[in-house]
Amino acid sequence: MPSKSYSGQKASWGLTLAALGGLLFLHVPILIIFLYTLTPDETTYTFPLPGITFKWFGVALQRPDLWRALTLSLRVASVATLIALVLGTLAAAAVYRTRFFGREAISFMLVLPIALPGIVTGIALRSAIGSFDIPFSYWTIIIGHATFCVVVVYNNVLARFRRMQGSQIEASMDLGANSFQTFRYVVFPNIATALLAGGMLAFALSFDEVIVTTFTAGQQTTLPVWIFSQLTRPRDRPVTNVVAMLVMLITFLPIFFAQRISAQGSDIEGGGK
Amino acid sequence: MFQRISTYLYQRPGLVLWLMLGPPLAYMLVVYLGPLFNLLVNSFYYLEEFTGLIVREFTLRTYAQIFDIANREIILRTTAMAAAVTVVDALIAFPLAYYIAKFASPRLKTWLIIAVTIPLWSSYLVRVYAWKLILAKEGILSWFINLLHLDGALNWLLSFEGIGGSSLALSPIGMFIVFAYIWLPYMIIPIQTALERVPVSLLEASGDLGAKPIQTFRTVILPLAFPGVVAGSIFTFSLTLGDFIVPLTLGNSKFFIGQAVYSYQGTAGNIPLAAAMTMGPVVIMIIYLLVARRLGAFDAL
Repeated sequence: MPSKSYSGQKASWGLTLAALGGLLFLHVPILIIFLYTLTPDETTYTFPLPGITFKWFGVALQRPDLWRALTLSLRVASVATLIALVLGTLAAAAVYRTRFFGREAISFMLVLPIALPGIVTGIALRSAIGSFDIPFSYWTIIIGHATFCVVVVYNNVLARFRRMQGSQIEASMDLGANSFQTFRYVVFPNIATALLAGGMLAFALSFDEVIVTTFTAGQQTTLPVWIFSQLTRPRDRPVTNVVAMLVMLITFLPIFFAQRISAQGSDIEGGGK
Repeated sequence: MFQRISTYLYQRPGLVLWLMLGPPLAYMLVVYLGPLFNLLVNSFYYLEEFTGLIVREFTLRTYAQIFDIANREIILRTTAMAAAVTVVDALIAFPLAYYIAKFASPRLKTWLIIAVTIPLWSSYLVRVYAWKLILAKEGILSWFINLLHLDGALNWLLSFEGIGGSSLALSPIGMFIVFAYIWLPYMIIPIQTALERVPVSLLEASGDLGAKPIQTFRTVILPLAFPGVVAGSIFTFSLTLGDFIVPLTLGNSKFFIGQAVYSYQGTAGNIPLAAAMTMGPVVIMIIYLLVARRLGAFDAL
């Protein structure tokens, strides 16, 4: 990443320490969960751990309710990501290609679901679902998730379009390719990694979303909803630790790779959640 | 066949635009903006308390209810929390953002930016859960405080009406720590972006003109970073206002806005009041987004 402002100066001791403190504050708490997956203590969060055991991983594997929740979360996140990929790419292409009235408003509209507190989207959807008597189903969850996943794909793809040279498309057309061929051989290879980055972020967002989900899920339990129920009424503490770690690991990899891809493109894509 | 469709479309750019824009636009209008507008409309209805039915007539009485004593307390409590979280986040975020923007080598910078961005996307719920473990009475933080023989100070702090509670895990102090932790990346990134735009030559000029480092910091860097602090503040403030997971997890019987909204729409069935109470954070965020768009900040968002 080229940096214009790197001064090459050394930071003072105090600054380095404060920066390090901030960084530790951001990351150490998660490691505590990993530590607690090994505790033999079922009823409290005693520290230091009274011993070490690996049995909770086995116990978690045997739980059918967890498997159901995990499957539901994976299905929801996959479909929501797919919808977001299609809608986000279409919107980005439209905004990039053409100047039209209200073009600015598109970005504004797409960013709203991620910028407004989740509870607003949640209640809005809940009361709409209620007033049309739509039964809660796996689709009501997906529809809610797709609203805030679209902007992630849109941002990534639009940023990529802006860096792509329009002359490539013109050259392709001049050489006799039709629109579909141009898309297949010129546009798609250019935006492929942006789609990948956007898709992975969208997947991670959907997979661990809980606020909107509590309003659109009805009686269904996604993995985050399961964790949330344990937060307010803890019954399976050790298993919750294992599940929390699992969610962290499942979302970490896509986020990490998406960030790497974006960093290589040397532009900051994504942003506010 | 493809050739003919292609030619047909090429001659009609308007049609192509609608084909591309139509699906996302229709989706967002029907699934998002429609319900959001419906929520706004609902905030102007009211709940008839004897019948428990929602009266669909335009009225401002639901908004007036927001300022009932009970709700006023909730709003004050939440606003105070949001303000405190914002101030502390700015203080924690600034050194890290400053370090990333001005002192980290290009290679380290890439990694630091990733390290700051990952928590922004990663599971918010799991990150709240981590603090349930840390703040528990028998947990690691209490253990550490005992180790330092500061347990007396902690108990003294917890004994205060309003911020204290039976343990850190069930007190406003605990919530405050968790909020500060959860929203910290939202403060770091805008400040870092703002500092990134300050050219090194400006700092050198300041030094050449005889300013001590501390003077350069106060009179050059701080004012230029301020827009970033404001942008970050809006996130931390609005996110704290609207959150209900943290109060439900770590709070006690004293409600916060998010929690109140959650219970109004749930058990109480009072959608108008729930809707009216969410409008505060909504208006703050929309104004912010409009200003940010004016300033061209959207391209980076």
